[in-house]
Amino acid sequence: MSSIDELMNLDLESITNKSIADYIWIGSEMELRNKSRTILDGPITDPKLLPKWNYDGSSTGQAPGNDSEVILCPQAIFKDPFRKGNNILVMCDTYTPSGEPLPTNKRFNASKIFSHPDVFKEEPMYGLEQEFTLLQKDVNWPLGWPLGGFPGPQGPYYCGTGADKAFGRNIVDAHYKACLYAGIDISGTNGEVMPGQWEFQVGPTIGISASDQLWMARYILERITELEGVILTFDPKPIPGDWNGAGCHTNFSTKSMRSEGGYDVIKNAIEKLGLRHKEHIVEYGTGNERRLTGRHETADINAFSWGVANRGASVRVGRDTEKEGRGYFEDRRPASNMDPYVVTSMIAETSILWKP
Amino acid sequence: MTDLLNLDLSKNTEKIIAEYIWVGGSGMDLRSKARTLSGPVSDPSKLPKWNYDGSSTGQAPGEDSEVILYPQAIFKDPFRRGNNILVMCDCYTPAGEPIPTNKRYAAAKIFSNPIVAREETWFGIEQEYTLLQKDVNWPLGWPIGGFPGPQGPYYCAIGAEKAFGRDIVDAHYKACIYAGINISGINGEVMPGQWEFQVGPSVGISAGDEVWVARYILERITEISGVVLSLDPKPIPGDWNGAGAHTNFSTKTMRAPGGYEEIKKAIEKLSKKHKEHIEAYGEGNDRRLTGHHETADINTFKSGVADRGASIRVGRDTEKDGKGYFEDRRPSSNMDPYVVSSMITATSLL
Repeated sequence: MSSIDELMNLDLESITNKSIADYIWIGSEMELRNKSRTILDGPITDPKLLPKWNYDGSSTGQAPGNDSEVILCPQAIFKDPFRKGNNILVMCDTYTPSGEPLPTNKRFNASKIFSHPDVFKEEPMYGLEQEFTLLQKDVNWPLGWPLGGFPGPQGPYYCGTGADKAFGRNIVDAHYKACLYAGIDISGTNGEVMPGQWEFQVGPTIGISASDQLWMARYILERITELEGVILTFDPKPIPGDWNGAGCHTNFSTKSMRSEGGYDVIKNAIEKLGLRHKEHIVEYGTGNERRLTGRHETADINAFSWGVANRGASVRVGRDTEKEGRGYFEDRRPASNMDPYVVTSMIAETSILWKP
Repeated sequence: MTDLLNLDLSKNTEKIIAEYIWVGGSGMDLRSKARTLSGPVSDPSKLPKWNYDGSSTGQAPGEDSEVILYPQAIFKDPFRRGNNILVMCDCYTPAGEPIPTNKRYAAAKIFSNPIVAREETWFGIEQEYTLLQKDVNWPLGWPIGGFPGPQGPYYCAIGAEKAFGRDIVDAHYKACIYAGINISGINGEVMPGQWEFQVGPSVGISAGDEVWVARYILERITEISGVVLSLDPKPIPGDWNGAGAHTNFSTKTMRAPGGYEEIKKAIEKLSKKHKEHIEAYGEGNDRRLTGHHETADINTFKSGVADRGASIRVGRDTEKDGKGYFEDRRPSSNMDPYVVSSMITATSLL
């Protein structure tokens, strides 16, 4: 019999102009949802030319059953690494039929901040370090960990190799190439301190696109774990005790920070972040208090600190930046389950627009 | 084996293989057999009629068992590829009468009525279906002897604990595009292990042909995967969604400015024939149309804008633009698209 793979790899381009667009959106609990539609008259590369669509919001906790339509607005297009050919992935945001963004639509507000002229001209640039944990299906215990028990303590696993130290590399490597194929600015990967935990980085990317790309990278990752029968979690502290949590360190710079004398602009921004610590922390991911304990390379959630090369601080500045007098800084507070639309726009807003 | 299955015959011979497909005696079972033709054919009227043993499908007595197959629509074969084809057929006695399970014949008469033909009836059919684990007939992804967590996370979901069987769905999408079916989209459904694909917009009788061939391709793919396909409208009783085949419909008049009035008139006519339609909308639909799980109760006719608990739903866009289409949410997943598409047409137009 034909195999499923042969059917998945059918060459449609030589027989039709049709292509498939996979519309992706964020549900009521930051879970990703998708459905696909056929595009008839040739591939589309501009999101503004893609049709708006809609879905049943009553099935995702985003609308009542008797008025259930939620509108999907295409915002960014990526090549589909699963369907390949001219097929695309489309990152969307969500609106009521009368055009109001849903309460769960965090992109709308972020977009307003990024189009503010003072923010726009500073070319705010982001590098997002997404950590994540892989779990075994049905038992929800980390991949590679013995059932009913624990692996040896942390130490050997960070950037480790070997069947006893690195669990799930095929997922990470497939994801790396798939993201590059899709057109995402994926800049690297590494195995993390906790076994079964990994990290990939997206950036440097300017403005709202950093968040569109991170959400799309998360989508591609969960589609790959689905293929592998492995569970993906962005929980910030998946295993309590002497095991690292998972964060999403956010590296940030503006045009001024990257120019001559930028280090002063950086210090000024960090000071402002310090004054708004509570407001930021509330938006930096649910459950972060289980992770930001002051141990395991984190700063305590209640205290704001910063330092050069200090991984125990809330904000870290690299030695290069200090030496050259310009560069970027790293906000280490965001949890792995943070919403990048919220975090990136808030850092830009506090650093550039906010006056104490 | 793969090499043999993928032999490129076009280098050695003009011959092609045609897979003749028909609907069997239950009205839902698809049957097929293949024959060699001397060269490529793209017009169904140029294909030879054929016949099969109706006594083996409950469609003829043993002592007079020939049932004649009339080719009606051709599609490219996504399994054999090359110039090979799938042929949707309908069934006749040797004397040329449509057999009782041949629902296409009466539908074709309705669609060739000049009033109907002129109105260019368009259909979008949303086929829901459930995938079951072989031998145990328990939904794919569900623990044996138990249940998954309640509905909520599964609609349009991704992830190994939320989406079960996507490879079948994705292979089916491309296979149908390849075949020349107007497949317009897919999505994961509310019940885990349940999925939906949409066919349309298709004009007239071709909607029925395309849905049947899409079902055929789907069952051939589940066969490859060792998974069982169910079109039962309520595969699991209790707080689990059923499976339907919502049928979207419009005419030329409905799609033109002011068409909303025509839509409202058609809905009015449908409301008066609720019982007749419901009887033809699929076996076992009473287990599904309860008034819960985004259905309207089977005994009630209700219509509304954006209302997924209604019998007939009109989209907000249609209301706003004053023209468009409406969605009959009553047909179950095991409906016969020839019957439903022609009945909605007849009630609305004739």
